[in-house]
Amino acid sequence: MVQLTSEMKRLVDSESGTVSREIFWNQDIYDQEMEQVFNRSWLFVGHESQIPEPGDFVLSRMGEEAVIVSRSRDGKVHVFLNSCRHRGNRVCRYDHGNSFTHVCSFHGWTYDATGALVALPYHENGYDLMDKSQWGLLQARVAVFQGSIWATWDKTAPDFHEYLGGADFYLATGLMHTDGSDNGAEVLGGIVKWRLGCNWKVPCPDTDTTHGWITHRSTALALGVGATGNPVRPRQDRSVSVGQVRSRYTVSFPEGHTMGVTIPEAGDPGWEESGTWDERPAVREYLREKFELRKKRLGLMAHLSVGPAIFPNEGWLGRVVRIMHPQGPAMTEIWTYFFVDKDAPQEGKTELANYYELYYGPGGVTQQDDMENWYALPIASKGPVAQKLDLNYQMRLSEPPLHGPTEFDMPGLFAHNYSDENHRRYYQRWAEVMQAKDWGEMAPTRSAATRDDWMTNRNGR
Amino acid sequence: MADLLSNEELLLRLEIEDFLYMEADLLDEHRYEEWLDLFTEDTRYHAPMKRNVSSKEMDREMTREKIEMSWFDEGKDTLVKRVAQIRTGVHWAEEPLSRVTHFVSNVRLLDSGTGEVGAGEIRVKSRFLVHRNRLEDEDNTWIGNRIDTLRRVDGAWKICRREIYLDQNVLLSKNLTNFF
Repeated sequence: MVQLTSEMKRLVDSESGTVSREIFWNQDIYDQEMEQVFNRSWLFVGHESQIPEPGDFVLSRMGEEAVIVSRSRDGKVHVFLNSCRHRGNRVCRYDHGNSFTHVCSFHGWTYDATGALVALPYHENGYDLMDKSQWGLLQARVAVFQGSIWATWDKTAPDFHEYLGGADFYLATGLMHTDGSDNGAEVLGGIVKWRLGCNWKVPCPDTDTTHGWITHRSTALALGVGATGNPVRPRQDRSVSVGQVRSRYTVSFPEGHTMGVTIPEAGDPGWEESGTWDERPAVREYLREKFELRKKRLGLMAHLSVGPAIFPNEGWLGRVVRIMHPQGPAMTEIWTYFFVDKDAPQEGKTELANYYELYYGPGGVTQQDDMENWYALPIASKGPVAQKLDLNYQMRLSEPPLHGPTEFDMPGLFAHNYSDENHRRYYQRWAEVMQAKDWGEMAPTRSAATRDDWMTNRNGR
Repeated sequence: MADLLSNEELLLRLEIEDFLYMEADLLDEHRYEEWLDLFTEDTRYHAPMKRNVSSKEMDREMTREKIEMSWFDEGKDTLVKRVAQIRTGVHWAEEPLSRVTHFVSNVRLLDSGTGEVGAGEIRVKSRFLVHRNRLEDEDNTWIGNRIDTLRRVDGAWKICRREIYLDQNVLLSKNLTNFF
């Protein structure tokens, strides 16, 4: 763990489990975040299925910046800043489309699908001293992982795999095809986007296990289901300590990634058995068929169903990816991507879309109530008296998390399901990144193991 | 120039306008159970999203029903559940209830039983302006148009399909808790 300066420790004290409300409000801290966190981290910008053909493009965001995610003629994915190098105008004004050129509407500077400046009026006579190759749209580094597209502005950042620090094992399980094969997922058309008046970190890390029973009480009462449409079951006994119960844990990484993990056991029911699909027969039948294949491919790990929240602003709910784009200290634009298997029958995709619409998004019976709480946080915290009161993240502070590789042959640090350990580790990482001058100062504390290593170890047990 | 409306058509439009205004009253007075009775059992309630696309590709503007994501894609069963949720008293997004006003205007009959919809059904287009004021200072406005298909059931009009076209791309409110 990186030693924090006293000023940073005043904001985030993971030893005593407190976080200052200032980090959700203060403009200076926000400005620093844009430089230290968003300009240096790997950020989720989309999925390959959104741009299957050469020339396809889709608009996305990296922090406050608008970017174009584009596939060039050679099939490569590029991510570049949607800001003309001439006078700074928006170059692309469409959410998506297909074009090998992007022409700025101000003076006509023209860029190709790789972001290179390829044509500009008066070039022959007017720009004789200018090297066009230096004036393309600003390029981000790009990584494609199981079809998901990530980008960073930082040339010195570790590669994406190292950045994940072992969470790649979990990220892969969320993005792969239901049958366990690679790269089989697609994003349903229509990225759901909305504005929420709170700091982008309020919903982070997106793995909060202790809010559902009260935040989503109305969903349980009126629909008889939990927050994600699963039948309400008796709650796990919260009196026992971590290690004494098998089932479910909160899992975190020193790199700030967090998630919930249920340890797979032989005899776990197939995914189709989840009561969520009782009223959605096409999904249920599809899962029944594909889960058998998944078990053949992945063995015990087939049962692993994890949505890892990758630092800093990516989160998961089932097969739904949610990105918190900062828009000022007290404004967030949430973008939500809904995944299905590319080759699933249309009937199943339709049922899934319908399921997602009922629970997720701004109109979802579950998410409506999350928005209400998140929106109220800055309102109730803005006064000078409230601002001086630290927030409490002390749940199970006295229980050090278990070392996943030793205890379960699985990566990450395992804490009790009802614990603030994920939050503590997330904010600790946030503080480290905020104060670090360079990547050397925030290097991960241990080597990252690959997904295949973990898969082999676990199944070889 | 459209053909002149016959007296019969004018009367029908007045009847439909009155139905839509009555519906707005039920919603704004939080009489949700009575509002649910205005929908047939096989009703569809669909609100696609709108994307920024080239004016030459306007057919790609709206997300496609059942294939892509929507703001809402409901049947009677889920509308009933949403009302039940509001009535729990712990649906925080509507606790206390928001102050909501529905303005409905530009009511026009598109089809009255002779065209693509079945006999006894009519299609009606209208504009809406929905205003939500909540707690102290939360204030939202949604503007757009609706195309309803109404069916005569036992002498009363019922909504068997509602298409809601909201004039927003990024939704500018934190959530959608009310009905359109």
